[in-house]
Amino acid sequence: MTSKQIIQDGLWSNNPALVQLLGLCPLLAVSNTVATSLGLGLATVMVLGASNCLVALIRNQVDEATRLPLFILIIAGFVTCVDLAMQAWSFELHQRISLFIALIVTNCTLLGRAESFASKNPVIYSLLDGLMMGTGFLLVLLAMGFCRELLGHGTLFSQMDLLFGDTAKNWTIQFTTDGQGFLLAVLPPGAFMLMGLFLALKNIVDERLLVSARARDIQRVRIDLRTP
Amino acid sequence: MDNLFWIFISSLLINNFVLTYFLGLCPFLGVSSSLETSFRLGMATTFVLIITALCAWILNTYLLIYAPYLRLVSFIVVIASTVQFIEMVIKKLSPVLFRALGIFLPLITTNCAILGLAIFATNRSYGLVEGLIYALGAGLGFTIAMVLLAGLREESELSDVPALIQGTAMNLIIAGILSMAFMGFAGLFSAV
Repeated sequence: MTSKQIIQDGLWSNNPALVQLLGLCPLLAVSNTVATSLGLGLATVMVLGASNCLVALIRNQVDEATRLPLFILIIAGFVTCVDLAMQAWSFELHQRISLFIALIVTNCTLLGRAESFASKNPVIYSLLDGLMMGTGFLLVLLAMGFCRELLGHGTLFSQMDLLFGDTAKNWTIQFTTDGQGFLLAVLPPGAFMLMGLFLALKNIVDERLLVSARARDIQRVRIDLRTP
Repeated sequence: MDNLFWIFISSLLINNFVLTYFLGLCPFLGVSSSLETSFRLGMATTFVLIITALCAWILNTYLLIYAPYLRLVSFIVVIASTVQFIEMVIKKLSPVLFRALGIFLPLITTNCAILGLAIFATNRSYGLVEGLIYALGAGLGFTIAMVLLAGLREESELSDVPALIQGTAMNLIIAGILSMAFMGFAGLFSAV
């Protein structure tokens, strides 16, 4: 397992949201705007990196039978830390997404990575894996937030001041004059359908990649045949 | 009494856990391939939800007023052990049901609807009875949504779906349409 492979796995070929379909609940619920998506995504990356690290550190001391409760307690501990930190430093954002910050505990990605990767690999790889899986999740979350905010509110980057303080107040880009958009996109049905379309898009891209890889193989075989 | 009725209706239909709050999507999409298992899993989840509501109330009244930062950790421990306990009881009392539920029973632990319910009930400071009614409504709402999706999925298996959106993509779009239908219930409150 090389670092390049870990990065590729987390970001695309084994992406937690698009391929493993884990953690869909927060993904659909929080992606109303770019700001909330970024907030939850960053929190997930932090918890996933930290929990993977700690699980890898203690992996040789853990008993087979008690490992799952132990892992979930580690995750719950880190989530509590992030939850309290967010309450302290960005209270308004926390007000909006506090439920889903707490629900990071039951995001299957975290327990899944702890069990299938961090409990078998050294600390440095586990950290990288956690960060990359988290980033893969964050990217899908951002893409959803981007589309839903653009379609639903007709704006982008509104309320970024919740995350970055007062300097971000004028980052908002307004596309429609009346501030109205296609309302369905911000409502729950829009989230379900958009996610369905994202999965379809992933299928299309994968198929293209497969076709071009095959074409390259054929090319290589031809060249091999020509040069005896 | 009126209040309890509205809590029930609201968690059952208007604020359906799966279709408006996005809680418990993993089993909703993962297990809903047949009507029968969906119904069984829905019932098991309802049961766990009710027990959790009871436990959450006990924890809230006796432990968490002294140590609120322990909320997440204590809830997750209670949920995990409750599920384990229920598994043992069912295994003892009815081996047939146990075999029918199979792997779905332990997986209820990572169903975020359960933890979500405990947190919701805490945030809204529901009493014991209100909490139990809320859990019952949420569980039945979850079951309804699952059974509906399973039925639609069984139908869509027979129809000619483009290869690119077959599988989960199609299920998500179906779920979106279901969710749109459930949004109609939001009008119930203003009608009264």
